[in-house]
Amino acid sequence: MTTLPAHERASPRDLAERPEHSPESPLSIHALTVAYHRKPVLWDVEFEAPGSRLIAIVGPNGAGKSTLIKACLGLIAPAAGRVEFWGGAYRRSRMRIGYVPQRESVDWDFPVSALDVAAMGRYARIGWCRPVTRAHKRVALEALDRVGMSDLAKRQISQLSGGQQQRVFLARALAQEADLYFMDEPFAGVDAATERAIIDVLRTLRSEGKTVICVHHDLQTVPEYFDEAMLLNMRVVASGPVGDVFTRENLVATYGGRLTLLDEAAEALARAGGGGA
Amino acid sequence: MSLGAASITDVALDTPTFGEIMRTLTLSAGFNARVVVLSAALLGVSAGVVGCFTLLRKRALMGDALAHATLPGIALAFIIAAALGLQARSLGVLLPGAALAGVAGVVCVQLLVRHTRLREDAAIGIVLSGFFGLGVTLLSYIQSMSVGEQGGLATFIYGQTAAMLPRDAALMGGVAVLTIGAGVLLHKEFSLVAFNEDYASVQGWPVSRLDLMLMALVVLVTVVGLQAVGLLLIVALLIIPPAAAAFWTRRLRTMVVLSALIGGFSGYLGASVSALTPRMPAGAVIVLTGGALFIISMLVAPQRGLLADRWRTLALRRRVAREHWLRRLYEAQDLAGEPVAIPVRQLASGGLGLGSMVARADLKLSGLIETEQSSARLTDRGASEGARVTRNHRLWEQYLITYADIAPSHVDLSADLVEHVLHPELVGELETALRDRRALPSHLPDHTEREAGATE
Repeated sequence: MTTLPAHERASPRDLAERPEHSPESPLSIHALTVAYHRKPVLWDVEFEAPGSRLIAIVGPNGAGKSTLIKACLGLIAPAAGRVEFWGGAYRRSRMRIGYVPQRESVDWDFPVSALDVAAMGRYARIGWCRPVTRAHKRVALEALDRVGMSDLAKRQISQLSGGQQQRVFLARALAQEADLYFMDEPFAGVDAATERAIIDVLRTLRSEGKTVICVHHDLQTVPEYFDEAMLLNMRVVASGPVGDVFTRENLVATYGGRLTLLDEAAEALARAGGGGA
Repeated sequence: MSLGAASITDVALDTPTFGEIMRTLTLSAGFNARVVVLSAALLGVSAGVVGCFTLLRKRALMGDALAHATLPGIALAFIIAAALGLQARSLGVLLPGAALAGVAGVVCVQLLVRHTRLREDAAIGIVLSGFFGLGVTLLSYIQSMSVGEQGGLATFIYGQTAAMLPRDAALMGGVAVLTIGAGVLLHKEFSLVAFNEDYASVQGWPVSRLDLMLMALVVLVTVVGLQAVGLLLIVALLIIPPAAAAFWTRRLRTMVVLSALIGGFSGYLGASVSALTPRMPAGAVIVLTGGALFIISMLVAPQRGLLADRWRTLALRRRVAREHWLRRLYEAQDLAGEPVAIPVRQLASGGLGLGSMVARADLKLSGLIETEQSSARLTDRGASEGARVTRNHRLWEQYLITYADIAPSHVDLSADLVEHVLHPELVGELETALRDRRALPSHLPDHTEREAGATE
């Protein structure tokens, strides 16, 4: 795994010289650059996720962690680069990819129950205009059970605590029976019981051979919860097994020192009106 | 009673007889009245169904932009048709014009939001007023044209049911069938996109196409409703029924059905009232009927209504006051080792307000305290209840200190006031949890023993 700072690594222009990523890898990101309103948020991200691992994406606020996930899932169009799933395009593997968005991204006063939300994980399988059958409901209920929420299945989602809402989101992803999961801050603002429930589910997923990529904000729990980590601050500072990656220098490079060069380049690009999508 | 004959000289409001009212409400007051009432009811049902999904998608105001944007479309269609020598006032000409302009309005809003830094509310305001202004200007130009029938165009602004024909009812029936069908078939897709757009998109659902379908339904309802309700008020039919329905239920399916019923009933009753008193504009009366249903829902709905909410707050407050009194009295008695009378002044935490007077009367009525002059004393039953309350309070306090992170589903109940809603099972759990950590408070009143004493 590469732990070199970005300026020592290949620039996007040398793309041809890079080694090809293996098609077995659930996710490989090639030279991904993302920009919002002409302001670059992610620079030249290069990453390959090993299978059957719990992977944390860590970095300071505004480092582009959520953006990276959204760009992988096609929610944001990248300015450059590409993302492959099992060596192919996202469209081909859509059913195998689960997504747990940030809890705050939805209105929890929506008139649905916990079970209804979990059942949304089945919609893609159910297809257009067809009702949610009993078999699908059963899968959704099992998913709720895995996160310890089957007792509250009928409850309207606004009546749930923050941690419980987060678990419902996790259950929805589980109901999809995917092989690769993207989770955006699943541990943010949850209570201890939920945190334990989530980490249990993640470990079970790993034992089933699935890969989970989590945006994570708590550096302290990274070594305990995750196998691999990507340190991100607009660029990948380091990625690989947590033990290798979590060094003082890497963390300082991610959180501490200002990335003067990159910042200046970004500003110059924004001023010039070039770059961007 | 003739519907279309309300002339300007007919100043006084006719008071309809009971027979007339009944005939209108039972759809037997003649063909015209039946057509109008039925059409309005069908329109209400369609708007209720479509409105549910637009409200949930947080696009309710988009319907308003759309409706206002139809005016220049109507005017332009009239001008073009007149120039081509066609029957300019016919609906076959005007409604397509309205629909096209409405869609153009929505597209303008979306372009503004996407390509500028304007927020949606500002974009809607700009498009809505801009298109409407253009429409009014075109209408005044039409007034100066040498074509007949131009006066009729202004009725699209406020709506006029009197001019409605059987084929309008048929049109509305068709739209009602279509919207209900779409609501049934696509409720899963519409609700997924409304609840979590990003997730829907990741799952491969074509979010913008689904939004487009929903918007097409809004266009349909708006355009067929122009004649009856008018473009100023049609948006009310799209917002009021679902908003009223949301007070009664938190289940999507029930909400859609209720919203359709409320919309339909508003249309039916509003059109009936307007038919009975021909000087009342149907659109306004329909919307007012819906508004009345909304206010009733807002007040009396059992779970989410304002009155129920207020009642729950008062009940909790009463309970809290009661338990504070009991606890203070019990603690004083515990300290003294015998029943003591305490001045009421010291018991009332927030001064001697209405709340403390209620608490005092409440406790006295339930036989928990005795009062003599201005002081209060616990009865035997009161002492037992006081022991229970104090015990809960101390357990809870201790629990928060020792264990606050373990049972978050319980902690979530309601911040500080939670100790007042502890049920016996939970108290048992608290006790076990604290005993496990050897953290039981040392001065824990033994509740059961006292209760036994109280029954003597």
